[in-house]
Amino acid sequence: MPLDSHEVEKIAHLARLAVRTEDVPEYATNLSNILTLMAQMDSVDTAGVTPMAHPLDMPQRLRADQATESNQRELFQSIAPQVDAGLYLVPKVIE
Amino acid sequence: MKWECVIGLEIHAQLATNSKIFSAASTAYGAPPNTQACAVDLGLPGVLPVLNAEVVRMAAKFGLAIGATVARRSVFARKNYFYPDLPKGYQISQYELPIVEHGRLEIELDDGSSKTIGITRAHLEEDAGKSLHEEFQDKTGIDLNRAGTPLLEIVSEPDLRSAKEAVAYMKKIHSLVRYLAICDGNMQEGSFRCDANVSIRPVGQAEFGTRAELKNINSFRYVERAINIEIERQTDVLEGGGTVVQETRLYDPDKNETRSMRSKEEANDYRYFPDPDLLPLEIDDAFIESVRASLPELPDAKKQRFMHAFGLSAYDAGVLTASREMSDYFESVVGAVGGEAKLCANWIMGDLSAALNRDGKEITESPVDAAMLAGMLKRILDNTISGKIAKDVFEAMWAGEGDADTVVERKGLKQITDTGAIETIIDQVIAANPAQVEQYRAGKDKLIGFFVGQVMKLSKGKANPAQVNELLLKKLSY
Amino acid sequence: MHNKTIAELAAGLRAGEFSSEELTQAYLDRIERLDASLNSFITVTADAALQAARAADARLARGDAAPLTGIPIAHKDIFCTKGVRTSCGSRMLDNFIAPYNATVAEKLAAAGAVMLGKTNMDEFAMGSSNETSFYGPVCNPWNTGTVPGGSSGGSAAAVAAHLTPAATGTDTGGSIRQPAALCGITGLKPTYGRVSRYGMIAFASSLDQGGPMARSAEDAALMLAAMAGFDPKDSTSVDQPVPDYSRALNDSVEGLKIGLPKEFFDQGLDSGVARVIEAAVDEFKKLGAEVCEVSLPNSGLSVPTYYVVAPAECSSNLSRFDGVRFGYRCENPVDLEDLYKRSRGEGFGAEVKRRIMIGTYALSAGYYDAYYLKAQQIRRLISDDFRQAFERVDVIVGPTTPTPAFKLGEKFNDPVTMYLSDIFTIACNLAGLPGMSVPAGFVNGLPVGLQIIGNYFAEDRLLNVAHRYQQVTDWHQRQPSGYE
Repeated sequence: MPLDSHEVEKIAHLARLAVRTEDVPEYATNLSNILTLMAQMDSVDTAGVTPMAHPLDMPQRLRADQATESNQRELFQSIAPQVDAGLYLVPKVIE
Repeated sequence: MKWECVIGLEIHAQLATNSKIFSAASTAYGAPPNTQACAVDLGLPGVLPVLNAEVVRMAAKFGLAIGATVARRSVFARKNYFYPDLPKGYQISQYELPIVEHGRLEIELDDGSSKTIGITRAHLEEDAGKSLHEEFQDKTGIDLNRAGTPLLEIVSEPDLRSAKEAVAYMKKIHSLVRYLAICDGNMQEGSFRCDANVSIRPVGQAEFGTRAELKNINSFRYVERAINIEIERQTDVLEGGGTVVQETRLYDPDKNETRSMRSKEEANDYRYFPDPDLLPLEIDDAFIESVRASLPELPDAKKQRFMHAFGLSAYDAGVLTASREMSDYFESVVGAVGGEAKLCANWIMGDLSAALNRDGKEITESPVDAAMLAGMLKRILDNTISGKIAKDVFEAMWAGEGDADTVVERKGLKQITDTGAIETIIDQVIAANPAQVEQYRAGKDKLIGFFVGQVMKLSKGKANPAQVNELLLKKLSY
Repeated sequence: MHNKTIAELAAGLRAGEFSSEELTQAYLDRIERLDASLNSFITVTADAALQAARAADARLARGDAAPLTGIPIAHKDIFCTKGVRTSCGSRMLDNFIAPYNATVAEKLAAAGAVMLGKTNMDEFAMGSSNETSFYGPVCNPWNTGTVPGGSSGGSAAAVAAHLTPAATGTDTGGSIRQPAALCGITGLKPTYGRVSRYGMIAFASSLDQGGPMARSAEDAALMLAAMAGFDPKDSTSVDQPVPDYSRALNDSVEGLKIGLPKEFFDQGLDSGVARVIEAAVDEFKKLGAEVCEVSLPNSGLSVPTYYVVAPAECSSNLSRFDGVRFGYRCENPVDLEDLYKRSRGEGFGAEVKRRIMIGTYALSAGYYDAYYLKAQQIRRLISDDFRQAFERVDVIVGPTTPTPAFKLGEKFNDPVTMYLSDIFTIACNLAGLPGMSVPAGFVNGLPVGLQIIGNYFAEDRLLNVAHRYQQVTDWHQRQPSGYE
């Protein structure tokens, strides 16, 4: 099922990816080819097959409720693009 | 046209754990920004979530308390969306298979009747951080201390039909989570908050109208106001020939209005899918039974017990069981007094509650603890003080002047019960008021009150009122 | 020194023939001299390496050394290494100095291994040729006009050129085995859950698994022993004891039941590669193994299935790269949306963006059932195929890749063709099974890999089978000219 430019732009927006207008047709072609590959899955009838989300057939392991982490703000914020007064900064958000 | 509103609530209760739902960072409130955001909370590349066992226990507790199904198998999913206070670009939540489903809760309405509200589900998820819009010009600051705090999202059926019902339901859930000690219920700090889905429809219509979601309402009062103002708004829209748009709205308490949230305008496509970092959560019967065994007596059961064991009215029992702390206090007082539940209840619901309200204190912070109140009530019961004097004693205890015996002793408030002493005072009053005595004896019975008043005044309130009454009647009848 | 195996180097260190510092310096010199032609390293941490080597020498002198103490290794630049740039081959993380260590890095450091640096890779491990790296392609030392495979192409090329005795890799759809095959080295993808994923930058969480890349099964066994094990920080890590992988290496393979999946020998397999694999199978017969045909009927669907599951998970895993807390941020964003879109648009390369978009699409409203759910169902069928096969055989053997190394640029602009180069390796990841690639011969002067797939947690068996094969063949000892 081929994707058109409009759909590519919609997906790019959902994924928050800037895509240059001139690159959209190439993405559309490549993504459409991948979707064609994916369509091979339709050759198998999977009615009644339990989906397998994970290779491990085991339950989730839990941890004890203990707060053991110490404050590492200085280290973590040393690699941040923009911080002030201990806060990460982004352009103003209007709610 | 007559309109009926349909309301469903989504309550977010922060679970009172030590550490976060998927990391070992502290959940303590009020730390300097980002000092409690560890690598996992920040969503650093390569980090992985590991589920906190305590949140599972707490969710199961809640599930059992509302008579719900606690799922033997539940699944964590990712809810994908971009927002700066959501570090990973997805929220780990439960979607198709939540841990708690199909519960119910009974609420009491103003007219004394009760109503059962269905609880569709309660699921575990992580809280987001906080966006601070006011601190900087042109910038929003992000504090991720709250990111990863465990939340239980409790979703009701659209069973509520008025703002009042919504508040009653929310209060009941609030009381319950505190009873269960799974949430501190602190609404100022955001530990307990609520989104309300509100729609209206013509009375008699079966299908629901288009709903608006009111976000993040953090007080009981605001829930009532926000819902009422939203009902008004929707009514105006529909009666004006318009249509209600499905959207997210924010309640502004200052302006008492709801407004559309710009940041949520776009139709969401959250692309939920099972979180591949987290295997299915499995719970066995032994775990469920251990949780069941650890459940405290719940508010409804306690209310019934208070009514039967203490002979309290439904109203009194309801007030006294509204919070676990209140009921604990009451039971301590009754225990120490050795009965007289009604007297205990009256004092707790009367003078004590009034003083707490006046000073903005929780019952756990009361300067008059249960033992002190019981000590004073015992002095009423053994006639050491009158009920009237007790009010002064209570205020003195509240002000930190010591227990009842100390106050009575120091202030000389001990009741006069000696017949001779009371008779002496009565004689003085009769002698000083010959005209009133004459009128009384002529048949003006109402004047008895005047004489009682005079005697009490002369005794500085300490004379035993029952004795005063009895002796006065005898003396005046001569 | 650089031609010795890890076991030989460890013996030499203990015998005092050379110090770890000398050994480390020798490798650093080789990197300095030879890597310009390969581009296999993104970051070389010479000072830290020499410091770690001196510490290892002290430990050796004290006599409390572990098997890997003092042995130089390299980490794929997907493992977080504290204080060292961890780029994941991406512009997005070009400025990312990891503030913590991956469990694998921690474990190898605790064993005393000396990190030489971080190896090149396809961006975020998305690629089969190492051409998607922000730091440029890696060349195959056997022919620098060809690709080394990917995504662990830097690790494979560095090991093949003897720039490091061993390296770590990660394998989501073949990213250890395929470059190991193309570069003529030994690589092992363990059972999902055997090696901690903590600190390994996630591509597709239900498929990713770290493992060793080395010159022999014997060396791989030593590496895996240090890397594997339960990690409380990874709730998908399995709490099961780590066997002594070295001890079983020499066990006999007489009576070993080998299954050849008929689907792996169908059309699409290069005839030269087919001959190499047949010869390898003959070697096993000579060693007393029993060979039979097995069928993995749904394995033909592993590529389309994988290209739903992996992009779906990656589209979500890569959302954290948003220019807010770490990594690349675009210049002068006008608003939040601009910050997100340009930081991600400029920070990610084309292949990463393609996969994010495909995954976003596959998960989006209206398509979830047709793509994601369907893929999960076929994943179950593929896994069941293996389960049935392993009721009859001990290991499954076949080619690692359909062709030897292809030319740089040959498939770069055709994603689907590129994806098909992982056709034999992907099924293992979908099922979570362990798989290995060992050198088995050459076609046109380029190495060919033999893939050995085992049952869950049968890494010891795989290493044993590979080792016995390497005892009777010398393909793994061949060296590319110019890197002797």
